[in-house]
Amino acid sequence: MPSAESPKLSRRTWITTTSGVIAAGLVKTQADAIQLIAQEAPTDPTKVPGRLVSEIGSRAPSEQPKRLIRAPALSSSSRTPLADLMGTITPADLHFERHHAGIPDIRFEDHELLVHGMVERPMVFRMSELMRYPQVSRIRFLECSGNGGGVYNRERMPTEVTVQALDGLLSTSEWTGVAVSTILREVGVRPGASWVLAEGGDSAVMSRSVPLDKVMKDSILAYGQNGERIRPEQGYPLRLFNPGYEGNTSVKWLRRIEVTDQPTHTRDETSKYTDPLGDGTVRQFSLVMDAKSVITFPSYPYVLPDKGWWEIRGLAWSGRGRVTRVEVSTDGGRNWSDAALEGPILEKSTVRFRHLFDWNGRDTVILSRATDETGYVQPTVEQLWEARGTRTSYHQNHQRAWKIARTGEVTFGLGDLV
Amino acid sequence: MSQWSNRGADVAKLSVVSLVAVTLMVACGDTSETFSSGQVTSAEIAMPGTAFGLPANAPDRFDFGAEASEQRVAMWDIDVRPDGVGLPEGNGSVQEGREIYNVHCVACHGLTGTEGPNDRLVDSEQWENVPTTRTVGNYWPYATTLYDYIRKAMPQLTPGILTVDEVYAVIAYVLWMNEIVPEDAVMDAETLPAVVMPARDKFVIDDRVGGAGIVR
Ligand code: HEC
Repeated sequence: MPSAESPKLSRRTWITTTSGVIAAGLVKTQADAIQLIAQEAPTDPTKVPGRLVSEIGSRAPSEQPKRLIRAPALSSSSRTPLADLMGTITPADLHFERHHAGIPDIRFEDHELLVHGMVERPMVFRMSELMRYPQVSRIRFLECSGNGGGVYNRERMPTEVTVQALDGLLSTSEWTGVAVSTILREVGVRPGASWVLAEGGDSAVMSRSVPLDKVMKDSILAYGQNGERIRPEQGYPLRLFNPGYEGNTSVKWLRRIEVTDQPTHTRDETSKYTDPLGDGTVRQFSLVMDAKSVITFPSYPYVLPDKGWWEIRGLAWSGRGRVTRVEVSTDGGRNWSDAALEGPILEKSTVRFRHLFDWNGRDTVILSRATDETGYVQPTVEQLWEARGTRTSYHQNHQRAWKIARTGEVTFGLGDLV
Repeated sequence: MSQWSNRGADVAKLSVVSLVAVTLMVACGDTSETFSSGQVTSAEIAMPGTAFGLPANAPDRFDFGAEASEQRVAMWDIDVRPDGVGLPEGNGSVQEGREIYNVHCVACHGLTGTEGPNDRLVDSEQWENVPTTRTVGNYWPYATTLYDYIRKAMPQLTPGILTVDEVYAVIAYVLWMNEIVPEDAVMDAETLPAVVMPARDKFVIDDRVGGAGIVR
């Protein structure tokens, strides 16, 4: 029965909360009652009290973006729902995943980072010690270099593919931690050193070699992501973060850094993450992610219900610095106009671009292309094929196209252009 | 003496004389990064070669961590380099490796290393311009990588289960299946780095540099 604590609830409210639950004695307080009635959206929310505060928020019931899972295996990935997102920051629970042996459960108190090799003082750091060092935060993208590989094969160019399935191995976060340079200063790098080996504490013991210059310049030992502790899928409690580099080098669950005078040539920098160029050579240590852009709206499977004004929206980024320009074509690449870029434009971060488009209701193809501060322009797929041959599996940063049919249906459109 | 290395290791200078790879990286347009993105202000110690400064009153050393003893380093220092550094003492033959493989690897990599369901490990067919498969036999540049990887990551569900001798043995067997070593081969810290992999000379360092009009 209703308790005396709830005199202000209207009779109508009480009727809505009805029988069974009340009879079962589950509604004891006003809070219980409010929780109960607020479960479904009322026809008029001004006539029903809202829900109470909560310790952890949740998304609106009708807004449930999800990562796309390729295969539930130990070595697998999940992709960020780019078409569902706005701005540039990826909610941490939607950040893409790529693990090679699953997600380890590591206790913060137990985790240690060993830094050794060509250093004056080999040292081991507990997490609480690392967190005491001067802290840095940077907003940076992370992209797997395998992103977009699905649209490089001349024979198998898909049309019914979402931007999530295609390019969802891309996310952007504010990463917080201690600069690698601060820790290397602490251990004292010895003369002759030129690389570091970064090693993870997962059961793949993921290992990558990274040039010493790079980690000195702007890499972070990250323990924070978008204001909270980094999530287990992202390397809790500690990951290396190499801005602008292919995602695999940002080793998660980082437990060891060895300063060396040569790369280690681990499996994931020889067998994988290398690029056979078609001329008998294989490109190795292709670490920087070149400039790229993707239109996230409109994209498959969206159907434009009407001709008229639409805003084309997307993301652009470059591993070499800032994006300086994004152009959009609404006629299959014949004419290009500058898209508006939403500031602040940060280096090695995604930038949101927008372009207003008055669709005349006829078949057309829309594309985007990014330029970065080095002057590099996002190439066409033909340019990449010409430069690298058709058999590489990484760094496919070529222009993406979407075909808008008369019916308003949007499909991946590059197939028609090649 | 550089700011970030207390005993005078001037890495900024050293990188120029180190590996060609590093020199290329430096020339890769990466240097276009400016200090302006960081929050470096005059109140900070600017360190050469890094976008991150330290507060002006930062000590030479914070000394928050603990010095790592040799034993502590040895516990985790398990990587293996092409020059053989990191390889433990021990050995294993092709014959012994066959047994290990058929117990611990066959379920995921197939009887002859070609059947899957997981990564194909064998293809002794070499290639001229483009590889059709990328396996140990026709794509891996260094045999030592097998030790580094198998010790760390394989068998996938029970990594670390193999002894030193067993790892050497299964490597010998995988190399033999790929027609790289003879049937009487024994792998150890001397012989493994000496194996010349067919694809070794195919690998070249990244030459992408950014910039206008360049697609690589
Ligand atoms: C439970 C399945 C499983 C077992 C058992 C297993 N592997 Fe694997 N192996 C895998 C998977 C999956 C991968 C790919 C992992 C990845 O890409 O991250 C792999 C990759 C490899 C690779 C790298 C292949 C390449 O070309 O990059 C080698 C070498 C390898 N395994 C050797 C072995 C050996 C030797 C054994 C036995 C001691 C073994 N594996 C047992 C599943 C297994």
